[in-house]
Amino acid sequence: MIKTKSKTDTKKVGYIDFFKLFIKSVREYKKPSIIAIIFITLETLFECFIPYVMNLLLNFISDQNKSIIGGEAISENFIPITIGFGAGLLVMAFCSLFCGITAGKFAAKASVGFATNIRQDLFYKIQSFSFNNIDKFSISSLVTRQTTDITYIQMCYQIMIRIALRAPLMFIFSIILASVMAPSLAWVYAILIPILAIALFLVVKFSLPIFNRVFDKYDALNESVEENVHGIRVVKTYTREDFEKQKFKKASENIRDDFVKAERILALSNPILTFALYVSMLFIVTFGSYSILMITGSTVEIGHISALITYGAQILSSLMMLSMVLVMISMSTASMRRVYEVLVEVPTIKNCDNPIYEVADGSIEYKNVSFKYRKDAEKYALADINLKFYSGETIGIIGGTGSSKSTLVNLLSLFYDTTEGEVIVGGHNVKDYDVKTLRENVSMVLQKNILFSGTIKENLRWGNKNATDEEIVEACKIAQADSFIETFPKKYDTLIQQGGSNVSGGQKQRLCIARAILKKPKILVMDDSTSAVDTKTDALIREGLSTTLNGTTKIIIAQRISSVQDADVILVMDDGHINGMGTHEELLKTNAIYKEIYDLQNRAGGDSND
Amino acid sequence: MTEIKKKRHPLIRVIFDYIKMHKFAFIFSVVCILFAAFGHIAAPLVLQRVTNALIEAASDNIVNSDVWKEITPDLITLGVAYIISIIAEFSYSQITAIAGQKYMDDLRKHLFNHMEGLPVKFFDTHDKGDIMSIYINDVDTIRQLIIQSMSTILICFCTFLSVFVIMILTSIYMTLVVIFATCVMALVIYKVGGHSSKNFIAQQKMVGRQEGFVEEMMVGLKVIKSFCHEEESKHNFDDINHQLQEVSYSANSYANILMPILGNIGNVLYVSIAILGTVFFYNDIHDPALLQANNNWLAIIVSFLPMVKQFTNATAEIANQINSIALAIGGSSRVFALLDEEKEVDDGYVTLVRAKYDEHGEIVEVENEKDQTIWAWKHPHTADHSITYTLLRGDIRMFDVDFAYTPDKVVLHNISLYAKPGQKVAFVGATGAGKTTITNLLNRFYDIADGKIRYDGININKICKKDLRRSLGMVLQDTNLFTGTIMDNIRYGKLDATDDECIAAAKLANADSFIQRLPHGYNTMLTNDGANLSQGQRQLLSIARAAVNNAPVLILDEATSSIDTRTEAIVTKGMDNLMKGRTVFVIAHRLSTIQNSNVIIVLDHGRIIERGDHDDLIKAKGTYYQLYTGAFELE
Repeated sequence: MIKTKSKTDTKKVGYIDFFKLFIKSVREYKKPSIIAIIFITLETLFECFIPYVMNLLLNFISDQNKSIIGGEAISENFIPITIGFGAGLLVMAFCSLFCGITAGKFAAKASVGFATNIRQDLFYKIQSFSFNNIDKFSISSLVTRQTTDITYIQMCYQIMIRIALRAPLMFIFSIILASVMAPSLAWVYAILIPILAIALFLVVKFSLPIFNRVFDKYDALNESVEENVHGIRVVKTYTREDFEKQKFKKASENIRDDFVKAERILALSNPILTFALYVSMLFIVTFGSYSILMITGSTVEIGHISALITYGAQILSSLMMLSMVLVMISMSTASMRRVYEVLVEVPTIKNCDNPIYEVADGSIEYKNVSFKYRKDAEKYALADINLKFYSGETIGIIGGTGSSKSTLVNLLSLFYDTTEGEVIVGGHNVKDYDVKTLRENVSMVLQKNILFSGTIKENLRWGNKNATDEEIVEACKIAQADSFIETFPKKYDTLIQQGGSNVSGGQKQRLCIARAILKKPKILVMDDSTSAVDTKTDALIREGLSTTLNGTTKIIIAQRISSVQDADVILVMDDGHINGMGTHEELLKTNAIYKEIYDLQNRAGGDSND
Repeated sequence: MTEIKKKRHPLIRVIFDYIKMHKFAFIFSVVCILFAAFGHIAAPLVLQRVTNALIEAASDNIVNSDVWKEITPDLITLGVAYIISIIAEFSYSQITAIAGQKYMDDLRKHLFNHMEGLPVKFFDTHDKGDIMSIYINDVDTIRQLIIQSMSTILICFCTFLSVFVIMILTSIYMTLVVIFATCVMALVIYKVGGHSSKNFIAQQKMVGRQEGFVEEMMVGLKVIKSFCHEEESKHNFDDINHQLQEVSYSANSYANILMPILGNIGNVLYVSIAILGTVFFYNDIHDPALLQANNNWLAIIVSFLPMVKQFTNATAEIANQINSIALAIGGSSRVFALLDEEKEVDDGYVTLVRAKYDEHGEIVEVENEKDQTIWAWKHPHTADHSITYTLLRGDIRMFDVDFAYTPDKVVLHNISLYAKPGQKVAFVGATGAGKTTITNLLNRFYDIADGKIRYDGININKICKKDLRRSLGMVLQDTNLFTGTIMDNIRYGKLDATDDECIAAAKLANADSFIQRLPHGYNTMLTNDGANLSQGQRQLLSIARAAVNNAPVLILDEATSSIDTRTEAIVTKGMDNLMKGRTVFVIAHRLSTIQNSNVIIVLDHGRIIERGDHDDLIKAKGTYYQLYTGAFELE
């Protein structure tokens, strides 16, 4: 019942589109799928024929019985025929068992394999996303799509293989056999089947919309629980426990009322089925005995009655199964749509035809660059940027949140593509490079620093898989990380927990810097990556960078004036434009924003600590 | 929810709880299920009598129309039994749907209400995802159990029993064969079903691991891209994905083969009954069963076969519920683990009341807001049944406070401090130095181990927690906004605040201007902790929320830590307005925000190492000085 909301009803895609796309993920599990289908067909066949043969046996016994009562001698073949029938039936039961087990195993193999493939396809697809693609989906929705939604699709696939085929087959076989055996009785199903089908259809039709509606409300309820779990301090501080309880009560009862409605409609399907079953049984027994007793020359025999009752149950319950398949598939539609959305998403950045595999130097040039995040966005995030930096320079960028500082540098490593104009690195347009080559040479310490679960060393090797231990230590020394790593009992083999929760913010930032240095890049971008580091350490890092990476172009985005004031050139960004550019001294004189930030940070004698 | 002994198995507790709360519904549905069983019992019985009659008719000694007359009452009985059975089935399915959903609602509310009453410690020591999972997944397993499994098992059990009785009455030998087959089935269920649920639980665990991995990869997606680490992460994903595939395959294949095995044991049983019947018939073996005075094996076979089907179907249906029961066991144990958590006790007896000064200058309690001029603490004394009133001023004193979250690790040692009404006290120190802990003690999220805290001269242990917290405002780094409009979120601070009061608070907090600029102004809907607002805007709202609450004491815990310098200037202005005339405890790692405090307290490992105002501490050239000049980092 976990479903997250994210409705993007851009265009109508139907089950056919889903099917066409998802079927591609079956791949090596086509064979198991087909084997499963074949054996399910066989199993169903046996399941239907066993009662038929039983019926023949019963009729045979019945005839013998008549003979005895009539005072005649029983057939001399009685025992061999009975044993023959019995043996035949046992063989059929074992075949049915074999088919059933084979079908079950292959169906499991096929559906699990299919789910594995589609999960892989989804993960691979997401790995190929550009930042633009990533921004379209929320992180939590991407997680849901790869977990819960896939489970629903797997369930659907398994049901499709196992029941969607079995039920109609059983339905058809049973009808055929019932009519062959006793046409004079089987017509009752001709009346009952349409009635039952319509009734079940109505049940599904009326209950499904309520279910879908209530699932959305259920999500909302869970969100409110989440708010309480996270914000318990606020709830308790304002003593809003009773208020929250009331809110929850209302929401929960609202859901209950809807659920009751839906469940009550759904609960009708069982009595309806029983009704159809009982009517058919009553009819067959009554009409059957009447035919035998009162109609001369009737073809109905005693054995027919019990066989027809068995078929009746099979026919009607297969209808029931079909209606459940319908419910299941409809309930999974939302999941299918969400997975579909990701799979059809086209990565916006791909390698060009003849990519360049070497970045000559760290020179940077922006030529009339404009950028907006979405084509239909009104506002440009960056407008008319023209810049030129030489290899080895240190560039500082400063500006408020939302001034597009990060956007500017993200264009460098082609995380986003420009809307207009071109970005040139090392003499070539960034689009002409092999993406991997480009990103290895333009090393980015992102604003949202992430360490992954694993040891410190493993995390650092993200920068360079083949880095030697000495290189790692050296990088950590530059990033001022070596000193604190050495204080850990396990040093470089210390395990980092998920999200890096066991190191402090400043330590995390320094590790991320070390990781980026290990790449030995031509351009190093540090996007607000020393905000939790004290000024002294910050200065040491900058000093280390300028002495060891003097050929590397360094771009430092910061909140603190002190982090950028020594840069060769400082950019002041405001609302997607370059508001000012120059050295610290120049900007203090000419740029109002720069001066304002400087004053704010140096108020009352200078707050140099962030 | 009713109190059920805690020692009992959680599954039993859930079922008993349901039965106790919906006695009528439960009894009614059991009765209905019994009636529904009527149809199941009637069918084979009537069938048998009819077959008998038909076979007798075949012997030609009897007139057929007489036989027809003889069986007509049987057929009518069958019809009546069917009608009763259908009505009963209709009734119990409706009742179960209603009662089941009501119980789910009760359970949810009970869980939530209980959770709201739990101490903050519970939330600090439990993973938030795990708590959420109780609501999302575990409650659902109980729903399956109550609405589906319980009635299915009950029906099957009834069918099982009644069919069994008729079988014995019909033929003892045949019944023995059925019993043997049932034992075989039970063994299969035990073996295969056991494997299946074991693997399902393993699958559940693996799914959790995969989810964790995917989440980490999704959160770090941009980092992966920037390090071109796609191939490695794909490789790691494939590993986990294949492990999941393996366990998922065994779980599903065991589950899938259970039904064919049981079904075909049923088929073999079906065949055996037919053959055995024939053999008995041929050898003219007499069955000791009561109903078989004439010992007609053919009739026995014909009536037995549908019963065999019913019997095996019932067994299979029960087996079908195994996985959902296994899941419900896990689910209910987690649900009850939460419900068994001890609630926060509020044994305070000093309350906060509306009051005014009477003509003698004495504080007296007033009924409504109109006459109120002040808030006062109402302190009843048990010794002489007198009541004293103390003016609410916001004077906080701590004396030799010690505190430990866990007994073996003391977090605060000997903390003594005071804040007179209107003073600003700042805490400075590294992560884990105990800054937030001190504020946790003030509002009694945690209770102190040793020492005393007095609020306006009253020991806070005597103050009713609700009123104590009402007198303390709080602005935290995590804003924790709630789904609703901006107005609703501001009003959270004071539920009966008018729109004008809320707007005034927003103006005070410097939030009004940005709210006005939003397309829907104060009616803008916030979802997801206000994800559509910037961090600074969210913080302004939480300040407005505290402003409308208007408490004399304010706690600001890292309220501006994640805001950039220019936005911070705006937020700080709002905050300064809010702080006027209040006692303020502030924790900040930007020292610029606390320079104007009356006293700055520097904490280190739970001890106060320096205290004084900014100038004093700069002069002292101690830790504060080093922090201030950037020689130390705070993290």
